[in-house]
Amino acid sequence: MASHLPPKPTAQYEETAGGGLAAGAPHAPRGMMRWLLTTNHKEIGTLYLIFSLTMFFIGGIFAMVIRAELFQPGLQLVQPEFFNQMTTMHGLIMVFGAVMPAFVGLANWMVPLQIGAPDMALPRLNNFSFWLLPVAFLMLLSTLVMPGGAPDFGWTFYAPLSTTYAPPSTTFFIFSLHLAGISSILGAINIIATILNLRAPGMRMMDMPLFVWTWLITAFLLIAVMPVLAGVITMMLLDINFGTSFFNAAGGGDPVLFQHLFWFFGHPEVYIMILPAFGIVSVIIPTFARKRLFGYASMVYATASIAILSFLVWAHHMFVVGLPLVAELFFMYSTMLIAVPTGVKVFNWITTLFRGSISFEPPMLFALAFVVLFTIGGFSGLMLAISPADFQYHDTYFVVAHFHYVLVPGAVFAIMAGVYYWLPKWTGHYPHLRLSQWHFWLSVIGVNLTFFPMHFAGLAGMPRRIPDYALQFADFNMVTSLGAFLFGASQLLFVAVVILCIRGGEKAPARAWEGGEDLEWSVPSPAPLHTFETPPDFKPQQH
Amino acid sequence: MAANGDQQARQTGVRRTVSRTLVVLAGMFVFAFALVPLYDVFCQVTGLNGKTSGSAQSLVHADMDTTRTITVQFITRGSPGLPWKLETDTRQLRVHPGESREVVFRFRNQGEGPSLARAVPSVSPSEASLHLRKITCFCFQEQRLAGGERLEAPLVFQLTPDLPDDIKTVTLVYTLYPVEQTLARRYLGFISEGDQA
Repeated sequence: MASHLPPKPTAQYEETAGGGLAAGAPHAPRGMMRWLLTTNHKEIGTLYLIFSLTMFFIGGIFAMVIRAELFQPGLQLVQPEFFNQMTTMHGLIMVFGAVMPAFVGLANWMVPLQIGAPDMALPRLNNFSFWLLPVAFLMLLSTLVMPGGAPDFGWTFYAPLSTTYAPPSTTFFIFSLHLAGISSILGAINIIATILNLRAPGMRMMDMPLFVWTWLITAFLLIAVMPVLAGVITMMLLDINFGTSFFNAAGGGDPVLFQHLFWFFGHPEVYIMILPAFGIVSVIIPTFARKRLFGYASMVYATASIAILSFLVWAHHMFVVGLPLVAELFFMYSTMLIAVPTGVKVFNWITTLFRGSISFEPPMLFALAFVVLFTIGGFSGLMLAISPADFQYHDTYFVVAHFHYVLVPGAVFAIMAGVYYWLPKWTGHYPHLRLSQWHFWLSVIGVNLTFFPMHFAGLAGMPRRIPDYALQFADFNMVTSLGAFLFGASQLLFVAVVILCIRGGEKAPARAWEGGEDLEWSVPSPAPLHTFETPPDFKPQQH
Repeated sequence: MAANGDQQARQTGVRRTVSRTLVVLAGMFVFAFALVPLYDVFCQVTGLNGKTSGSAQSLVHADMDTTRTITVQFITRGSPGLPWKLETDTRQLRVHPGESREVVFRFRNQGEGPSLARAVPSVSPSEASLHLRKITCFCFQEQRLAGGERLEAPLVFQLTPDLPDDIKTVTLVYTLYPVEQTLARRYLGFISEGDQA
C-alpha cells in the first residue's frame, strides 16, 4: 500500500451499518438457476456489469481488428467488406452492449442503496430486462457467421445502405436491436418507479445523490427515444421485407427521413450514455475532495437542461444533407447552447476541487481524467457544431476523435471510476492499489495516444470507415494503432484488479472512503444481499 | 401498522408510475410513425426535400420577368437492375421567371421483356421546388415499355416570378426506378403514397 495516500478510515464506521445479514429465502435456487431466476437488485446489477465487461472485450477485439488493418496503408489483414462489418459491430456492441448495460448495472446496484430502498420497484421485470440482453447480443454476434456477413452499414445504419443494399442478416440485426431496446425501456421504467416511490422517508428529490438524479433524467430520455428507435427499425423491417417505401425514393419515400428519425433518437442516445457518467463523477469528486459538491441544485438543473436540449439538436449530425440555411443556423446555435449547462457542470466539478483536501485514490484518478478528457471531447464537439466548419470535418477522423473522447475517457472512464469507487462496497475489499494505478496510467496514455492523433488525421482530410488510406496519414495511424493496442491490453489489468478484489485484499469498512457521505456507506462492506429492509434514518445534508 | 400502510402507498405509487410511463412509451412509438406523414406535409409546405408536385399544375399567368434569367439544368439517372435509358437533348436552358417551356425526354427499354418504371424528380436547391410548376410531366405516372420500345415524353414547366432572387440555377434530376408490383405496394400503398413523386 502506497504511503502517500491518507490513512483509510478505521473500522469504527462499521457500527453505523444499517442493515444486517438477512437470511436468504429458504428455498432459494442454487448454482446457475440462482442467477437465472434472481430478482435481487445486487445480483442483477452484477450480471449487468459482467455482461457489459464481456461485451466491452468483444467490441474491443473488433476495434483491435480495425486498428491492426489501419496500422499501415494498404490492405493487409482483412477485406473491405469484413472491415465494414467490424466498424459496424464495434459501434453497435460498444453502444448498446457495453456502455448502456454498464450504467444500468451500476444503477441496479447503487440506486436502491443510495436512496435507502430494499430493492428495485419491479424485481421480476428487472430479471427479464437483463436476460433479454444475452439473447439479443448472441443473435447480433451470430450474424458474423451468416451468409452475406454481419451488418456492414455503420452503427448509424443509414438507409438505403441498411435497407436496399443491406446483407440478409439485417433482419436479425433489427430483431436483436428490438430486444435490446425493450430491455433498456423496461430498465428505465424500473428505475423511474424505484426513484419516484421508494426513497427513504424524509429524502426529498433535492436530497438525492447526483448519480440518482442523472439516472432519473436518463431514464426519462430512454422512455422518450427508445420507442422512436423501435419505430425506425420497424420501418426498415417493413421496407426490407414487406415492400413499403418509408425510406425508398422509388416508392415516394425519402432516405433523408431515415436520418431525421435516427438522429431524433440518436442524439438523446448520446446523452443517455453520458448523463449517468456525470452523476458518477459528481459523487466521486466530493468524496475525495472532502467537500460537499459545489452547486448541487445547478448540477440538477444543468442535467435537466442538457436532456431537454438534446431533443432540439439532432440535425447537427446532418449538416451536409442539404438543409436550408435557417435549419443550419438553428441547429448550430441550439447545439452550441448545450455548452452552457455542460460548462456549468465542469465549473462545479473544478470548484468542488478548489481548496479541497484532495487525495488520489484510483476512483478519483479516473474521475479527474474524466473531467479533463471529457472537456477536450466537448471542445471538439463545439468545433463540429459550427455548421460551415462541419462541411470540412464531416465524416472525417475528426468526428471519430470527438465521439471517442466523450465516450472512452468520458463514459468508459466514468464507469471504471464508479467500479473502483464501489468495489469495496460490492466485495468488501479495496482494489489492489498498485495494479489500479498501473491500469489508470496505461489507460490514460493509451487513450490519448489512440484518439488524439485522430484529430490531426481528420483535419487533414482522412475519411472515417475506410480500410485503406492515403500515404500522408500513415504516421498518425501508426501512432493511433499502437495506442489502441496499449489501451486494449491494459484493460486486462482491469479484469485482474476486479478478480483479485473479489478474491481478497485489504478489508474495507462500511464507509470505505473517508469522504463518502451517501447512504450506501451506511451498510456493511460487502453489502449483504438484502439491505434497508427497514427504511434507514435519513438526515438530509445541506447541499 | 403505519409501516404496512406505507408499503401499500408505495405499491400504489409504483403502479401509477408504471402505467404513466407505459402511456408515454406508447405515445412515443405512435409519434415515431406520425413523424412520417408529418415530415411529408412539412416538406410539401416548405419544399425542403426538393420534391415537386405529383400531379399537373396550372400555368400561373403573370408577366414574364425579363430582368432575370435562370439557368435550368436537367440531369437523368438510371438505376441498377433496370435496363432503361432516360435522355434529353436539352442539358441546359435559360429561362425567365414566368415563362413556360417544353423539354422532350426519351425513354428506352433496352431489355428483352416489358417492364414498368417511374422517373422520380428532385429539385436542387430545394427552395426552388415550391416555385417550379409542372404543367405536363412524364413523372406523374409510371411508364410501361415493351422490350426495345422507345417513348418520347414532354415536360412542360414554369418557374413562377416569385422565385427568390438568390436562386440563379435550378437543377432538375430525374432518377429512373423500377416499379415492383409487390403485394405490399398494392395493399399498403397508403403508408407511403407513390403520388408524391
